[in-house]
Amino acid sequence: MNVLVCVTKTPDTTAKIGFVEQNTRFDISGVQFIMNPYDEWYALVRALELKEAQGGKVTLISVGGADCDQVIRKGLAIGADEAVRIDVQPVDAYQVATEIATYVKANTFDIVFTGKESIESNGSEVGAMIAEILDWPFLSYASKMDMEGPTATVDLEIEGGEDTVQADVPFVISAAKGLAEQRIPNMRGIMMAKSKPLQVVPGSGVAPRTAISSYTMPKEKSAVHLVDPENMSELVRLLKEEAKVI
Amino acid sequence: MVLVFAESGDGRIKKSGQEAITFGKKLATQAGTTCTTLLLGPIDAPGDAGIYGADLVVHLPHDGFTHFDSQTWSRAICEVATARNAEYVVLSHSSRGKALTGRVAIRLQAGCVSGVTELPNLSSGCLVTKGVYSGKAFASLKIATAIKVLSVMGNAIQPTKDGTAVPVEVMDLEPGKAGVTFVKTDKVEGTVPLPEAERVVSAGRGMKGPENWGIIEDLAAELGATTACSRPVADSDWRPHHEHVGQTGIAIRPNLYIAIGISGAIQHLAGVNRSKVIVVINKDPEAPFFKAADYGVVGDLFEVVPRLTKAIQDMKAAG
Ligand SMILES: Cc1cc2nc3c(=O)[nH]c(=O)nc-3n(C[C@H](O)[C@H](O)[C@H](O)COP(=O)(O)OP(=O)(O)OC[C@H]3O[C@@H](n4cnc5c(N)ncnc54)[C@H](O)[C@@H]3O)c2cc1C
Repeated sequence: MNVLVCVTKTPDTTAKIGFVEQNTRFDISGVQFIMNPYDEWYALVRALELKEAQGGKVTLISVGGADCDQVIRKGLAIGADEAVRIDVQPVDAYQVATEIATYVKANTFDIVFTGKESIESNGSEVGAMIAEILDWPFLSYASKMDMEGPTATVDLEIEGGEDTVQADVPFVISAAKGLAEQRIPNMRGIMMAKSKPLQVVPGSGVAPRTAISSYTMPKEKSAVHLVDPENMSELVRLLKEEAKVI
Repeated sequence: MVLVFAESGDGRIKKSGQEAITFGKKLATQAGTTCTTLLLGPIDAPGDAGIYGADLVVHLPHDGFTHFDSQTWSRAICEVATARNAEYVVLSHSSRGKALTGRVAIRLQAGCVSGVTELPNLSSGCLVTKGVYSGKAFASLKIATAIKVLSVMGNAIQPTKDGTAVPVEVMDLEPGKAGVTFVKTDKVEGTVPLPEAERVVSAGRGMKGPENWGIIEDLAAELGATTACSRPVADSDWRPHHEHVGQTGIAIRPNLYIAIGISGAIQHLAGVNRSKVIVVINKDPEAPFFKAADYGVVGDLFEVVPRLTKAIQDMKAAG
């Protein structure tokens, strides 16, 4: 199996979110960046398991500047064989997907993995777009995947349950919780990652179709209304008469 | 024209589909145009899409649309959109919607924004708002293309129900060969799925162990709520994974979220802080969750929760 895993960097889950330049840019000062959890914990690890079971190669791909290299090296330390960075600062998912699909067309892959979404833009768009550009099936929000020959049997998260479906390679699959167990890179992996190939290639020059014009923060909550723990009928009254939610 | 793809299941338009139709109708009114709703597969009363705001329904009843496949479904949506010159295509930001939105945008050479939380501002171009950083902020995006594809976040809009049934145009379109083969669906029976639930009762590590969940289930049953949990609770297999809410679980925005024995870590809040009303029950007055709460109860959950259930029963009995 020749597998491509799409990875992106996101602010750490505990990062304080703030904006600069009249709320048009994310404030990176003091922010730690990590590999998007769905890419790292589930997509990459399931890809590595496939390789361990049936041979092949795992390639990482990321669309971004040199500031992504640290995240890419971590993926190599976890076990990917090699990596490609498309040297473009992407503005939207369309750009990312187009660059990745262009790379896939010029090479040969059986499976393209993405995370189910990035915890930064929460779009779930890139995987679907790559699949459409390549005209491949798309297995979205996969929480379990078994391969037999060229055929994958996959559980997909749906509202209140899961669908089980099958598809033959090549396909695009987006990884949700359950698809694999997180792996922590060990010392040997970290040392080896330094000498694994990380190829930087220029982008195709495709233009974005959407752009962020500004950010806003959610409205601050007013102070909590504390209710006496002995008096739950008062809480019920508030929920019914004041909040009107029951 | 605004084309809404409304999801259906068990022969009816799903709640997420109703929301998408109402959103599409309001968008159409703003844009000075009409709202056509597209329905795929067998459905009992397609004209009922008018109740939620559709001006016209296009129905592709072919059996081949019984099971979901992002490839054939997006082709069908785009064929209808192109044939009828849709300027906007609206979908739901649901599990299916997430598999379709990006595909539809590529096929129509359209810019797309998914997880839209409010109606676009059309005063200069098309400015669309969505949640980013897992609910910690909102972004306004400009879509630069002639055709625009939007997916609507669950519970972002209340479906209006004051319309009447509208005419249905049936089209005999075959889906073609699907990219994926359907095997089976497993659903948790009896409860409203978390992303669609209007009330959620959620519990965390303060519960001490899975054997104590009876009081949570009783409260949820009394409220007609769906149960959820924090991540460590799912990770320890105290509760099923599909109940895990938060940044790395399901993001929800019910009208009422009751958090019991949950500390309110930033990753947990990210998935729930857009709930309309948040009630926190925790014995630690310093628990961070109280800062995100509308109503708080400082006390031992093993005493407070049964008391709350009883108070709801009393309220119901009193009418
Ligand atoms: C990358 C990353 C992603 C994460 N994603 C998520 C996510 O998606 N969702 C999520 O939930 N977490 C997530 N976490 C974990 C998160 O940081 C917290 O560890 C977790 O939410 C804590 O769960 P908890 O509140 O149930 O447990 P605890 O933090 O242990 O809190 C238990 C609470 O119960 C209270 N309590 C105890 N006994 C009683 C009693 N008798 N009566 C009343 N109250 C009582 C305590 O005061 C305490 O506040 C993530 C962490 C990381 C690093």
